[in-house]
Amino acid sequence: MVNLEKTALELIESPRKPPVLVRVKNAKKYFKLKKGIFSKNQQYVKAVDKVSFEIFKGETFGLVGESGSGKSTLGRVVIGLHEADEGEIYFEENEITALNKREFQKVRKEMQIIFQDPSGSLNPRMKVQELISEPFDVYTKMTKKEKEEKVATLLEKVGLGVEKKLSYPHELSGGQRQRVCIARAIALNPKFILADEAVSALDVSVQAQVINLLKDLQKELGLTYLFIAHGLNVVRYISDRVGVMYLGQLVEVAETEELFDHPLHPYSAALLSTNPVADPRKRKEKVVLKGEIPSPANPPAGCRFHTRCPIAQEICKTKVPDLVEIQEGRQVACHFPLLTNSKEETE
Amino acid sequence: MKLLELTDVTIQFQRDEQTIIPVEGVSFDVKEGETVCLVGESGSGKSVTSLGVMRLVEFEGGTISAGDIKYQGESLLTKSKEEMREMRGKDIAMIFQEPMTALNPVVSIGDQIVEAISLHTELNKAEAKERAIKLLGSVGISEAKRRFGQYPHELSGGMRQRVVIAMALSCDPKLLIADEPTTALDVTIEAQILALLENLKKEMNMSIVFITHDMGVAAEIADRIIVMYAGKIVEDGDVYEMFDDPLHPYTLGLLGSIPDVNGDRSKPLLSIPGAIPAQSDMPRGCRFNPRCAFATQQCLEQEPPLLAVGNRKVACWNYEDVQKAKPTGEVI
Ligand SMILES: Nc1ncnc2c1ncn2[C@@H]1O[C@H](COP(=O)(O)OP(=O)(O)OP(=O)(O)O)[C@@H](O)[C@H]1O
Ligand SMILES: Nc1ncnc2c1ncn2[C@@H]1O[C@H](COP(=O)(O)OP(=O)(O)O)[C@@H](O)[C@H]1O
Ligand code: SF4
Ligand code: SF4
Ligand SMILES: [Mg+2]
Ligand SMILES: [Mg+2]
Repeated sequence: MVNLEKTALELIESPRKPPVLVRVKNAKKYFKLKKGIFSKNQQYVKAVDKVSFEIFKGETFGLVGESGSGKSTLGRVVIGLHEADEGEIYFEENEITALNKREFQKVRKEMQIIFQDPSGSLNPRMKVQELISEPFDVYTKMTKKEKEEKVATLLEKVGLGVEKKLSYPHELSGGQRQRVCIARAIALNPKFILADEAVSALDVSVQAQVINLLKDLQKELGLTYLFIAHGLNVVRYISDRVGVMYLGQLVEVAETEELFDHPLHPYSAALLSTNPVADPRKRKEKVVLKGEIPSPANPPAGCRFHTRCPIAQEICKTKVPDLVEIQEGRQVACHFPLLTNSKEETE
Repeated sequence: MKLLELTDVTIQFQRDEQTIIPVEGVSFDVKEGETVCLVGESGSGKSVTSLGVMRLVEFEGGTISAGDIKYQGESLLTKSKEEMREMRGKDIAMIFQEPMTALNPVVSIGDQIVEAISLHTELNKAEAKERAIKLLGSVGISEAKRRFGQYPHELSGGMRQRVVIAMALSCDPKLLIADEPTTALDVTIEAQILALLENLKKEMNMSIVFITHDMGVAAEIADRIIVMYAGKIVEDGDVYEMFDDPLHPYTLGLLGSIPDVNGDRSKPLLSIPGAIPAQSDMPRGCRFNPRCAFATQQCLEQEPPLLAVGNRKVACWNYEDVQKAKPTGEVI
């Protein structure tokens, strides 16, 4: 069953997989760092460094990792908000990275985004009905009446009363503003939504309302989500599969239950063990990682995690582990994955 | 023994013509060596309560308009400004959510700790420096000697928070008030800081008031949990009992809203409808009634007092219904 020969890239081509909506091959995104006075060479933040993965139609793909690990950058590269420096992104049969502006606009309509801070993405001088019908003005030739009807339907869909169409953003609560953002995002019947920390700023009680809404809409409209969040419980609840990022790279991709039950990458294991569990009887031993995440401008050689890995060996300092499928549907980038499959192994 | 005791504390702010009362009639106590978590959603009054204990609300234009706050049996409200300044840092220390605001950007971290030590002790410069380095080491900062001269911007968020903790602990306070000290940090770093606080608390026999909106964090560290809603305490009790058997509908809703690691993912999360009311339209009767599935006529007219139920406290007319409904979990 273990086949270390096959690389992740080859597996992407394999025929038995469910239909793929988004396919990312070797995507790379570097940001230029300001040059220091003493440094001769231009330095780069390697925000996303040769990442390959795919998102199946109709699923929720969760992305977790510490802040600065590259989650948002990867999400933006996927929907074309950042141009990838290298690599290819496919959306259905289109290679986005090869499209011209006009062609891209068409595909872009199918991909929407919901951000963390709902007030930041809503114009404070626009009423809710203007905010929600804005996408129609940009992309369609609907009449005023058609727009009004559509706004009413959308408000109902996201659980806001129709009377809210006359409110301004500051008159709404955080949860209600996020509902407006969701209404905008689904206005043009997209196929794909990037939710970048979309519920992270909301209080738990309101967060639960919005998560339930996102799940209902997914079922109703057949949406595919890329769901980025640092709250692991939320990601587990909503995702079908999860990717774990560390320093600009994916270190593990697995089905949600599998990953949370027995992570195979030492970093996944440590990250999951630190997740606070809302049960005082389960105060548990944690794999408290040494130190902090190294700078993405200057990541460690070999395995990027070796400076903090509790089971690192000599080879890890020099040889880069590739992301390979070592069990069906499970990819791991580690020379010594935790195959005897229990969390305690790393302690 | 009771280290801290709040009785019927009300805190208000005057804004132009308007009086804002973010905390009303709050009573609780903190025993020696105890970790008390203050939880509740944004705007429920957690931070204002803690600033009240330190009498720091006065610097923000607020006043403690009713009630009393006692530390080791002595009222803090009758103390002079100088006496309060003396106590802050020495007896009661505080850590805030955003470590950058607590640190001076143009003074090295070592000098900042030395300053804090000199303010409250008789140690000379060299002794204070030695103690500062020891403190940096004890909060897990490696190469403390070298880092002594570094400035806040040269450190990561997690390290800054450690420095702030070192500063807060520099004079062996008996009570540490921590306002969401880990909310801005990653879970991996949060785990490091929580473990650190736990160890330090044991070593120094400190009491901790820990403010968080994360029930998961509260479950990890609390001996006791106090739940606030719209400026009032709605439930107060032992951490185990509260998780096993919440008495207040809001607590029940909060616990149900958390995606549970072992929970059934196909079921929708329990959620509390609506949102916390604004100061300007506080509902009559129980403040939670517009969102409450257990509300009865009485709830619309009379505000429930915080009453003892066994060794816990709850402010709800119908807590017995909550207890009965809980196992099915289908009320909200
Ligand atoms: N200086 C101030 N002047 C006027 N109103 C204030 C002031 N500080 C806080 N408030 C108000 O008091 C209420 C309680 O605020 P507080 O900061 O205690 O909430 P909190 O429970 O700590 O919330 P969070 O979880 O968001 O930190 C809010 O309505 C807030 O707007
Ligand atoms: N526009 C940008 N310019 C320069 N650096 C950036 C930019 N966006 C992100 N970065 C850097 O790229 C790295 C990854 O960031 P990000 O994708 O935002 O991480 P995450 O979402 O996982 O927290 C970080 O070091 C960040 O500072
Ligand atoms: S490759 Fe080595 S250092 Fe990297 S995660 Fe695996 S064991 Fe640890
Ligand atoms: S007093 Fe009434 S409205 Fe308030 S929490 Fe209890 S049941 Fe609900
Ligand atoms: Mg991000
Ligand atoms: Mg606060």
